[in-house]
Amino acid sequence: MADQLKMTGIKKIFPGVVALDGVDFRLLPGEIHALMGENGAGKSTLIKVLTGVYDIDGGEIELAGQQVRFTGPLQAQQAGISTVYQEVNLCPNLSVAENIFIGREPRKFGRIQWSEMRKRAAALLARLDLDLDVTAQLDSYSLAIQQMVAIARAVDIQARVLILDEPTSSLDASEVEQLFTIMRRLRDEGVAILFVSHFLDQVYEIADRMTVLRNGRLIGEFRTEDLPQMQLISKMIGKELEALEEIEEQAREASSPERGTPILEARQLGRTGAIAPFDLTIHAGEVVGLAGLLGSGRTELARLLFGADRPDHGELLVDGNASAVKSPREAMAKGIAFSSENRRTEGIIGELTVRENIILAMQAARGWTRPIPRRKQDELVDKYVKALQIRPADPERLVRDLSGGNQQKVLLARWLIIEPRLLIIDEPTRGIDVGAKAEIQRLVAQLADGGMAVLFVSAELEEVLRLSHKIEVLRDRRLVEELQNGDDVDADRIMQTIASGATP
Amino acid sequence: MIDVSTPPTPQRNRPILGRRVYRPNTRHVPVLATLVLLIVMYSVGVYNYEGFGDTQVLLNVFVDNAFLLVVAVGMTFVILTGGIDLSVGAVIALTTTVTATLLAAGWPAGVVLPLVLLIGTVMGLGMGAVIHFFKVEPFIATLAGMFLARGLSLLIDRNSIPITNDFWIQMAQKRFRFGEGVFISLNVVIALIVVLIAALVLAWTRFGRNVYAIGGNADSALLMGLPVGRTRIAVYTLSGFCASLGGVLYSFYTSSGYSLHGQGLELDAIAAVVIGGVLLTGGSGYVLGTVLGVLVLGLIQTIITFQGDLNSWWTRIVVGILLFVFIVLQRLVTRKAK
Repeated sequence: MADQLKMTGIKKIFPGVVALDGVDFRLLPGEIHALMGENGAGKSTLIKVLTGVYDIDGGEIELAGQQVRFTGPLQAQQAGISTVYQEVNLCPNLSVAENIFIGREPRKFGRIQWSEMRKRAAALLARLDLDLDVTAQLDSYSLAIQQMVAIARAVDIQARVLILDEPTSSLDASEVEQLFTIMRRLRDEGVAILFVSHFLDQVYEIADRMTVLRNGRLIGEFRTEDLPQMQLISKMIGKELEALEEIEEQAREASSPERGTPILEARQLGRTGAIAPFDLTIHAGEVVGLAGLLGSGRTELARLLFGADRPDHGELLVDGNASAVKSPREAMAKGIAFSSENRRTEGIIGELTVRENIILAMQAARGWTRPIPRRKQDELVDKYVKALQIRPADPERLVRDLSGGNQQKVLLARWLIIEPRLLIIDEPTRGIDVGAKAEIQRLVAQLADGGMAVLFVSAELEEVLRLSHKIEVLRDRRLVEELQNGDDVDADRIMQTIASGATP
Repeated sequence: MIDVSTPPTPQRNRPILGRRVYRPNTRHVPVLATLVLLIVMYSVGVYNYEGFGDTQVLLNVFVDNAFLLVVAVGMTFVILTGGIDLSVGAVIALTTTVTATLLAAGWPAGVVLPLVLLIGTVMGLGMGAVIHFFKVEPFIATLAGMFLARGLSLLIDRNSIPITNDFWIQMAQKRFRFGEGVFISLNVVIALIVVLIAALVLAWTRFGRNVYAIGGNADSALLMGLPVGRTRIAVYTLSGFCASLGGVLYSFYTSSGYSLHGQGLELDAIAAVVIGGVLLTGGSGYVLGTVLGVLVLGLIQTIITFQGDLNSWWTRIVVGILLFVFIVLQRLVTRKAK
């Protein structure tokens, strides 16, 4: 079969970094191809080269046998390469139909034919098994559905190559299944699909072949059935399997904490519409996991504890004192830190450097009148850049130039540096590669051993199980069960709880 | 160590995706609010003041604010993309000064008219280009444009110059009558044509929809392959054109050119657009709202004139209060939508 897309010797250099170094990549028509690699391995750069966002510094791109060079997303789209990004890149203020057709609206004498457009949009969505009101404003639908609309848009561009960059990170299981159905249908129609995901299970479920990148270099191209998961991981992170298992062992060793006055105690704390009243205690040195599906109230619970939202029910005790935590500022003064799940909008400041981002919370805690001496800053930042293996290890680089996983680490460093007594981490490992994940998990375990209390919020049950001393299970904005982590508790048990909705 | 994808949830029947989070006619709420306000204000006027209910009083609101309407229409495009244009008042001053000076020097109206329209358009084009190519904040770029235009007009002449050109006077005196003492000026007709064209462009053309898309999310618009740069430049060019056309109407209206004309007019235009329900963050609003916004401003002036014993600064105070109310209203509406 002739290659639908062939890239040879692709080179892309950013100031000081070689992002892609002679990478070869090919896509066959009618296949789903996974692009695998850690954060910073060059996946995003390769995709951006392919979609015309970046120009290349060397190499060739051939599309259906013809050499091409894109100078912008528009050219790439016109050549038949469509992309759906992790963050929904549509316009929330326009209707569903417009979002699918904008730029390609059916027109007569320069006038947009709205009824024709709506009809075609509805037909297209029906083909994807979606039943939406196409005249509704896009942001009246959930993120998952917006993602589907983005795919509908991509498909209508008569895509020969469809790129899906982390499309599943905000979808729940049944939505993922639906997405896969659509992907398989498109594949059978002859579309070449490039799929990027951090969920290995999903990759193994859907991909026909995969290409592995590491540090901007091509590691290899494999058929999915020829490459077991563990081998794939070791190829991605470039470490031997034993080293991996060692990390895992280390993380597991977290011992049970001593009891005493809890650092934080919630008594029937709740907020209407966000989370039903719940009881929760967190002791020093304890890792408490919050498990539950997307939208089950995990983040809402965490925000209440941090004072980011005002509770309208119950009370919150810090060190046994009923002193309400009314604002994040007061929470920080009491030694509670919150690392947000939404690093883009609620955490990282892209225009500042790594050093400035890391130092931010500590400086805020000290007050602006007492600047931290530069030498002290460098020292602290250096330590955490090393400890968290932030890459590139250059404190003066702008954070927005870092990959997603490394941004997450910077955010984590910001809170670790103020040495909180309770660290609330919301989805610290979402969109992060396996290696970085392990590092963050190990770090959490270490911190807890050192006496810090951690509230760990994650959608990944394995991760919660591995780290937590006790697990709070959420379902439909209600805390349904508290499980002491032990040998009898496993992912199945938690899933059952989530599915059945047992009451405490 | 290995990712576990989200655990399975109980299977739902397909198609699963039809649920809406809310019903969104929130987009119409600000415009409706302005309409209600307008009706209330008019009723109050009719109830309190003798002669307020005359048709001509209402038409005079149009007559006296036709130039503002044209400028505000251009501003609507700019604000819909999430930008701002501070230069419009100064462009009006420049337009009237250049017009009066050239006409006084004996240039024919047939040359002066296209020339001054071109000057404003080119200024808009220049500011748009600076904003796009050098990634300068619209606020800064148009502030610079404002100083430039105002400075140029002061350089040309510090004094008010009367316009005595025949064509200009004819245009200024042209009236469309609908019966005894009921009329509109040519300015109103031009302004309404501009409004009509603008409304059609925004609703029915690619350019119009791109304006909304950029206001909704410019990064997305770029990734969707829309001509973001071109559209953005076009929007400021359009605003520049509207400002110079507004300047021409202003010179019809006042029969003079003066470098201090249109001071603070950019703020009136912005106020009208915002009161008309266009979101300052872009992406939402209608030209019809802007028309209503201009009428609200005009009606406030009329009421204060009828009241007779109020200082004209009360206009500003009331406009200020209204702006606050409407910005808060926008906030509430968009927050509820979330």
